[in-house]
Amino acid sequence: MADSLTISGYEAVIGLEVHAQLSTESKIFCGCRVEFGAPPNSLTCPVCLGLPGALPALNKKTVEYALRMILAIDGTVRLRSVFARKNYFYPDLPKGYQISQFDLPIGEGGEIAIPIPGEKRKKVIRLRRIHLEEDAGKSLHPESGEKFTRVDFNRCGVPLIEIVTEPDICSPQEAYAYLIKLKQILQFLGICTADMEKGHLRCDANISIRPIGLSKMGAKTEIKNLNSFKAVEKALAFEIEHQVQVLQSGGIIKQCTMLWDDKHQVAEPMRSKEESHDYRYFPEPDLVNLVVTEEWLNQVKATLPELPEIRAARFVRQYNIPEYDANVLTESRELADYYEKVMQNFGDGKAASNWIMTQLLKVINEEKAELENYHISPVMIAELLNFVQSGKISGKIAKDVFEEMVATSKTAGEIISSRGLTQISDDSLIREVIAKVLAENENNLKKYLSGKKQIFGHFVGQIMKETGGKANPGLVNKILQEKLDELAR
Amino acid sequence: MIAEYSKLSAMDIIKGLRDKSFSAVEICESALSLAESKGRELNAFITLTHDKAFAQAREIDRKIHHNEDIGPLGGVPIALKDNICYTDCPTTCASHILDKFIPPYDSTCATRLISAGGIIIGKTNMDEFAMGSSNENSYYGPVINPIGNNLVPGGSSGGSASAVAAGIVPIAFGSETGGSVRQPAAFCGIYGLKPSYGGISRYGLAAFASSMDQIGSFARNIKDLSLAYRIVCGRDENDSTSVAFAHPDYPDLLESERKFQIGIPREFFLEGLDKEAGKQIDNAIKLFQKDGHTIKEISLPNSPLAIAIYYIIAVAEASSNLARYDGVKYGLRIKDDDLINMYDKTRNLGFGSEVKRRIILGTYVLSAGYYDAYYFKAQQVRELLKRDFETVFKDVDMVLTPTSPTAAFKIGERIDDPLAMYLSDIYTAPANLAGIPAVSIPCGAVSDGRPVGLQLMAKAFDELSLFQIASRFAKLGE
Repeated sequence: MADSLTISGYEAVIGLEVHAQLSTESKIFCGCRVEFGAPPNSLTCPVCLGLPGALPALNKKTVEYALRMILAIDGTVRLRSVFARKNYFYPDLPKGYQISQFDLPIGEGGEIAIPIPGEKRKKVIRLRRIHLEEDAGKSLHPESGEKFTRVDFNRCGVPLIEIVTEPDICSPQEAYAYLIKLKQILQFLGICTADMEKGHLRCDANISIRPIGLSKMGAKTEIKNLNSFKAVEKALAFEIEHQVQVLQSGGIIKQCTMLWDDKHQVAEPMRSKEESHDYRYFPEPDLVNLVVTEEWLNQVKATLPELPEIRAARFVRQYNIPEYDANVLTESRELADYYEKVMQNFGDGKAASNWIMTQLLKVINEEKAELENYHISPVMIAELLNFVQSGKISGKIAKDVFEEMVATSKTAGEIISSRGLTQISDDSLIREVIAKVLAENENNLKKYLSGKKQIFGHFVGQIMKETGGKANPGLVNKILQEKLDELAR
Repeated sequence: MIAEYSKLSAMDIIKGLRDKSFSAVEICESALSLAESKGRELNAFITLTHDKAFAQAREIDRKIHHNEDIGPLGGVPIALKDNICYTDCPTTCASHILDKFIPPYDSTCATRLISAGGIIIGKTNMDEFAMGSSNENSYYGPVINPIGNNLVPGGSSGGSASAVAAGIVPIAFGSETGGSVRQPAAFCGIYGLKPSYGGISRYGLAAFASSMDQIGSFARNIKDLSLAYRIVCGRDENDSTSVAFAHPDYPDLLESERKFQIGIPREFFLEGLDKEAGKQIDNAIKLFQKDGHTIKEISLPNSPLAIAIYYIIAVAEASSNLARYDGVKYGLRIKDDDLINMYDKTRNLGFGSEVKRRIILGTYVLSAGYYDAYYFKAQQVRELLKRDFETVFKDVDMVLTPTSPTAAFKIGERIDDPLAMYLSDIYTAPANLAGIPAVSIPCGAVSDGRPVGLQLMAKAFDELSLFQIASRFAKLGE
């Protein structure tokens, strides 16, 4: 797509608006629990149902989460921000307005750096604003036969932050990279589980194109109903192509809102009736101004969770692993947490990162499992690695043991002892076996002593065979060499 | 029926119960039977809450029998305006659109009344969604002023005012957005309080204009009025705009030798004020002067703009607050296969014409392109008005004005002239805009016997001064 753009002489100007559901225990303006998948309308009260007379009372935790995000992306916190009502009619909006923030949001500015493929430097996407608001309910439209739309109000009042970028994104790929980075930050801050399938993250995209080199912006379209990161990327590619075609055939772009149809992979304009909203924003009189004191802000600063880059740098320092490993391990908060839990019970950082990156992640990917709560805990991995490090089992046997751990959820210790896999590191035992093997191979020994050094490997094979593969190979090599040197004298 | 029940004050009832002169059940019976006879004539109630009331009365009697504390309002019958939620009893806001709506929760006001031992006997009639100044805008029909002659009781809390004036209950609660307690109190010849904004929790009060709405109270004497306020006032976590403030036991502090500085704003005594009513106010000023209080002429230069900005801000907030009545979740629904048609039909049939007028006005003033000219500008003027009061209260303890430009008018007299009706609020709206407390107290009558109300306003959370001066005035009149 980027290629076709270059050829056509246009460049894309893209801005994203992301709604992130905050993972607080209760809703933003009432005490109802936040939970995905609860029975419809079971998590509601007079406040989130908008019953006559019910009033919102702000949940401070949601403010704290918003502050974490603003601080993390180096934005400016507005110390006195204002909630506003966004008025529109829809069955899943029980008050007839959404409590949001309008001209005085809690956060402004800030930036997120995204990687550029194949380059070391990063591209900075500037942010315009971050504001707090409540989510609406869910309309469950009739599947078939039914005449009614049902409404589930459980989601009403779930806290959201809306994160709006400046139009700094230039391609669908950059948009994708931005979303990946945003998700990573949200997860590291512990403020959003960022599962797009569950609607924790929702994205609208604004897109226009202009001849390369021109600074004036073209007319933009807004694309909604983007339900995955891939959908965002595809819908943008689709719309860029569409806009280029329109302009090249002498047409003009009309400002409008499009809906992405993921099934048919097309974006269709919304009916104009649906988009002609005048939201009649005005300050929410049921809430006082949101005041963030310096003291509160400092408290949040002091307890701000470590961001991925900072954590990766610490991993390099603290665990003595290569930068590459540290970057892989900090791709998600779960993985980073997992690694650190392994390191609480194990001493070799590099050995642990090797094992996790090659063995563990391979299994996780194959099983499409989630690392969080995976049946092989970090403690179990640490135990296994300790067996290798202390020489109790060889690296090769460790792989077999790990396979069995994956299959049976047994610990390494259980498997090793039940299968008698403990490596033989007993000097005298190994000496006995060597003596026996040399005694049984008199001819070969003579050949060796007469200069045929390559027979050394044959002896090792015999010894390993004799011990069922459990002899510590390092020790075998060492003692065998000593013995043969002795005989050669 | 207890003899002279309708003349008993809340304090009388509390004393009588403690002395065992009568039981709480007897009091409750008296109140409810009067509500059924006299109350029906006046159309003062929309719902009577017999079952809950008697259950509470029996509980009070049991406590008295066991010498347990019955609470500061123990056994006193109370009426609530029908926009204040009370669990398991219909809350209609006198609107067709809230047909069959029964709140599953208590307003903070109801909660505090019940825990103080009060007995809620019914929900009173009102102007639909508290929009009106005559109580003629009710889906349940107009309320009649108990003083007779087919007069309006004032509005929008006409039912509560009427019920107290008729002696059905000693205390009733109403709500204020722009005079809806004070004006009916004046029209019915009783006491009415609009507290400071934030004085009483709004949690459970169906909203009209959130930035001005306050629950207020009616009584036939100042002691009951101050008691009613004392019970329900104070910070509530459920209402972010409620305020934590010092609220002493007002009824014990009424007797005071304080000499007040009283300001008379010249803007309130110009054209439009009924001559006879004005004369009663003048007499009152002279009485205060004679009693040693200082009278000062003052100016509230922005007060002539109050009614204009009030009707911008109030309708703007109302258009948003009433959006929830859409036929989706509760109340009336006129079915249609198309969602927009369902909204249209339900709201068209469910709301009365005054409510619709205000929703349309409010939607207009908030619309893109008009917001700055109307809503934003009105908020700026509101700030100026607040400053007017702040300046004045550096000089005086309180401001004295008439409550209403005229005494009660006849039913039907102004119903076709919304502008004349809106001007009923001309003296009361400034206190709502400024968020300050105000009382209306009885102040004589015009020659045909219709009562006149005197309004006193003080700085925010200085309800005590208002209670004290009102108490003093009642003594002076004796």
